[in-house]
Amino acid sequence: MSARDEVLASIRRSLGVSGREATRRLSVETRLATAPRGVIPQRGQVDREARIALMADRAKAAHATVTVLDAMEAVPSEVARFLRDANAPATLRMGDDPQLAALPWADTALTVETGRSHGADLNAVSRAFGAVAESGTLALVSGTDNPTTLNFLPDNHVVVVRADDVAGDYETVFSRLRDSHGTGMPRTLNFITGPSRSGDIEQTLVLGAHGPRRLHVVIVR
Amino acid sequence: MTIHPTSAQFPANAHKALHDPQLQKAFNHVRSAFIDKRAKAAAALPEFEALRDSARDIKAHTLKHLDVYIEAYEAKVREAGGTVHFARDAAEARAAIVEICRARGARTVTKGKSMVSEEIGLNDALHAAGIEPVETDLGEYIIQLRGEVPSHIIAPAVHLTKEQVEADFRRLHLHLHPDRDLSDAQLLLTEARAILRERFLAADIGITGANFLIAETGTSVIVTNEGNGDLTQILPKVHIVLAAIDKLVPTRNDVAQLLRVLARSATGQEMSVYTTFSTGPRRAEDPDGPEEYHVILLDNGRSTMLGTEFEDMLRCIRCGACMNHCPVYQAVGGHAYGWIYPGPMGAVLTPSLIGIDKAGHLPNASTFCGRCEAVCPVRIPLPRMMRNWREKEFERHLSPAPVRNGLKLWAFFAERPALYRAATGLAMRAMALAGRTKGRFTSLPLAGGWTAWRDMPAPQGATFQAQWKARRRGHR
Repeated sequence: MSARDEVLASIRRSLGVSGREATRRLSVETRLATAPRGVIPQRGQVDREARIALMADRAKAAHATVTVLDAMEAVPSEVARFLRDANAPATLRMGDDPQLAALPWADTALTVETGRSHGADLNAVSRAFGAVAESGTLALVSGTDNPTTLNFLPDNHVVVVRADDVAGDYETVFSRLRDSHGTGMPRTLNFITGPSRSGDIEQTLVLGAHGPRRLHVVIVR
Repeated sequence: MTIHPTSAQFPANAHKALHDPQLQKAFNHVRSAFIDKRAKAAAALPEFEALRDSARDIKAHTLKHLDVYIEAYEAKVREAGGTVHFARDAAEARAAIVEICRARGARTVTKGKSMVSEEIGLNDALHAAGIEPVETDLGEYIIQLRGEVPSHIIAPAVHLTKEQVEADFRRLHLHLHPDRDLSDAQLLLTEARAILRERFLAADIGITGANFLIAETGTSVIVTNEGNGDLTQILPKVHIVLAAIDKLVPTRNDVAQLLRVLARSATGQEMSVYTTFSTGPRRAEDPDGPEEYHVILLDNGRSTMLGTEFEDMLRCIRCGACMNHCPVYQAVGGHAYGWIYPGPMGAVLTPSLIGIDKAGHLPNASTFCGRCEAVCPVRIPLPRMMRNWREKEFERHLSPAPVRNGLKLWAFFAERPALYRAATGLAMRAMALAGRTKGRFTSLPLAGGWTAWRDMPAPQGATFQAQWKARRRGHR
């Protein structure tokens, strides 16, 4: 018997089932097909403006910095300002995201490069697929538009999210993923809540463990 | 590293831990940090208790249908281009991983934090195959330098002070300036970050654990604060996920329920910094990510816990709240438990996985105060299961002779209420008389284990039963 068959047989023996019971199979199929939502905290179930405010508040509580802008065109100068204030060099890496590519980067002093990171980049900007106001969490998906390496290798990570994409809860982000990706998933979906940190030495919270030391969230109305 | 369980020597291990000043100093941070933060996070979310019920129900439902969910999960992993390797036991899991590493000619392997990796002794197996494993979680990195095992399931180096970490870094990071400043946690972290960044970029294969495996999409989920689990899996050509069968959950929405209680129970965060959903290898158009995706799905005794009084233990999501709140764990730390899983969850799980004959002391290392169950995010009845293990230990004649004889003696009296009342009444009066001057005993025959640590208060003269009777009479 293969390891697979033996593990499954052992589970069935312990549960006292054959694995062919129609009711059990139906129960699983139904759950997988309907993906019922459980308890959704009221905190995020608020109108658009309150959601933006909650997103900003929760992200700040997780040690991110947050700016709310009225137009995408204002993003490049905001990124330049953030990097200047962080004493970071005027360089920036981004993916092929069309919304980011269309912005007036030439109006800034930033040297912009595109494509994934191989570890030498200090700064990166990404556009989030969405966000979850409930906990100040960003949701980023892998691909050429926003390569996953940009989320982790640079010291300073700026993430742009459209206000329309700020959801109240995780379940809404998953529902949007079903719309965009069908029954599958992108290779990587990153939920990011604040900059990297560790508490492993004497439970002292220290920022900048292996991922970005600074996370700047730019919400665009 | 592989560890040979020393759970059988728990009393000696515990005694040593209680007399270890470094350990006791390090644990001063635990007592307040974890407990206060969890309490605050739980209080800030009105739905927290309802979410605990929801989390419990999701895991219970999955366990009742585990065979069907595993089949659905495996099909989805395959659909996304990944491979599931089943492993009946630790040896099969180690062999499967070594084989993948050999086939790719891997020389170094980076690792995200994984308790299952500790359970199967993976690092020793990799070393033996000429492959260097590099632990990348800061705590795991520190204990790998020291040749130790984790003393806590989410804070592996919780038993160490920063001075100890500094000494290790100076001893082993010899290429750095000997006079550099390493006086605080930030400086220590920065040094480890720079060293591990090179290892991330050079690794051939990355191995992570999984907090959840999602049947709906064939996705593995890891939860970290450092981002090490992400650099481990997106930079090398191969990502291996090592996870046990109890990590299955039906859907992404179910994971959302569990995430809401996981970080709050563990560190008091609303969410850990990085929650990463990984599905298969990189897609044709993706500029980064692994080219291969393998899941090692381990049983190692868990399937035989289903349908028994220990099935509920498989709901565990490894948050560590039970040990953070355990007075015994707080006093002796994780290493005294003698294997991988310490605290209340370890006291129940360890006998299930390595046998009650080797781990019989662990279910006895409890005062039954019940705090572990009170804070468990999936409401595992840990005290009840420790009691189940004690019963099994007694039935199988594994408990030591003095305990058995003592219980027999007690049972003799307990079955004869009149005799019991007479004997205890006599004893109480005698003890009250003997202890009337000081009001307490600093030493007692047959109770040296107690009086070595604290005084025994002298009784006031009547037994509880006698006092109760008198009170009831007074109230009538």
